[in-house]
Amino acid sequence: MTEVQHVDVKDYHQDIQTLFNEGYEMMVDLTAVDWFRKKEPRFEVVVNLLSLSKNKRKTIKVKVDDKTLTVPSITDIYPGANFYEREVFDMFGILFENHPELTRILMPDDWIGYPLRKDYGSGRIPVQFKNAPKVD
Amino acid sequence: MYSPDNIFTTTIDKAVRWSRTQSMWPVTFGLACCAIEMMAAGSAKYDLARYGMEVFRASPRQADLMIVAGRVSQKMAPVLRQVYDQMAEPKWVIAMGACSSTGGMFNNYALVQGVDHIVPVDVYVPGCPPGPQSLMHGILTLHDKIMAGEINR
Repeated sequence: MTEVQHVDVKDYHQDIQTLFNEGYEMMVDLTAVDWFRKKEPRFEVVVNLLSLSKNKRKTIKVKVDDKTLTVPSITDIYPGANFYEREVFDMFGILFENHPELTRILMPDDWIGYPLRKDYGSGRIPVQFKNAPKVD
Repeated sequence: MYSPDNIFTTTIDKAVRWSRTQSMWPVTFGLACCAIEMMAAGSAKYDLARYGMEVFRASPRQADLMIVAGRVSQKMAPVLRQVYDQMAEPKWVIAMGACSSTGGMFNNYALVQGVDHIVPVDVYVPGCPPGPQSLMHGILTLHDKIMAGEINR
């Protein structure tokens, strides 16, 4: 099982640095969770680390402040986190402090809204054949 | 014995339409799984070369036909339109598969609900994905359309 570690926003960067020094060489994944109407605060950033030398995995969860929506960037420790953080910014609107280029990565640059938030509609268009009479 | 004096008569319209159908070069525009079927249609077993269209051109300037093979995202839409605009007249568009025809199974914010929102489509090929035979039927339908239509659009 993967060990899960909850950290505070202000300790987050330092803790990641510590884990890197302990031998977690690889950042496997960085993503976010929207706990809309289920938990406070709303957003949580999840980082999965892997130590190849020790054959161990670790999951770091950090709660994001609702007002600032800001988390320190870990691109200075794991350069591979760059695109992951951009994706989280694009999809959830969470800002990463000291990120070299925090712009949208998947959606067009002029896109309004953050699609993976729970209160963002799926943008469905009603389709005619849905209400077509059923054929027995 | 070879005789250079043989002639045949036709109308300019017919000759132009015939020449357009028999060397219709598609622009490479594979976007998703439909592109795999498009490649299969171009390869040895189905052999699009029979219709003079085995050369998928990487440059839109040399192409007559755009086969939109796959789902078109909102971000891809301006690119698709630009490639279409760069093609020289006369030009045609085939919407290959459910996604490029209607949006298909992806009824959401990220994808264009039918490529006919961006470019005029001549033939819609149904299927998810359509097999090479379906695509070739679509192409032959387009040939019929050209043979029956006006030469200046």
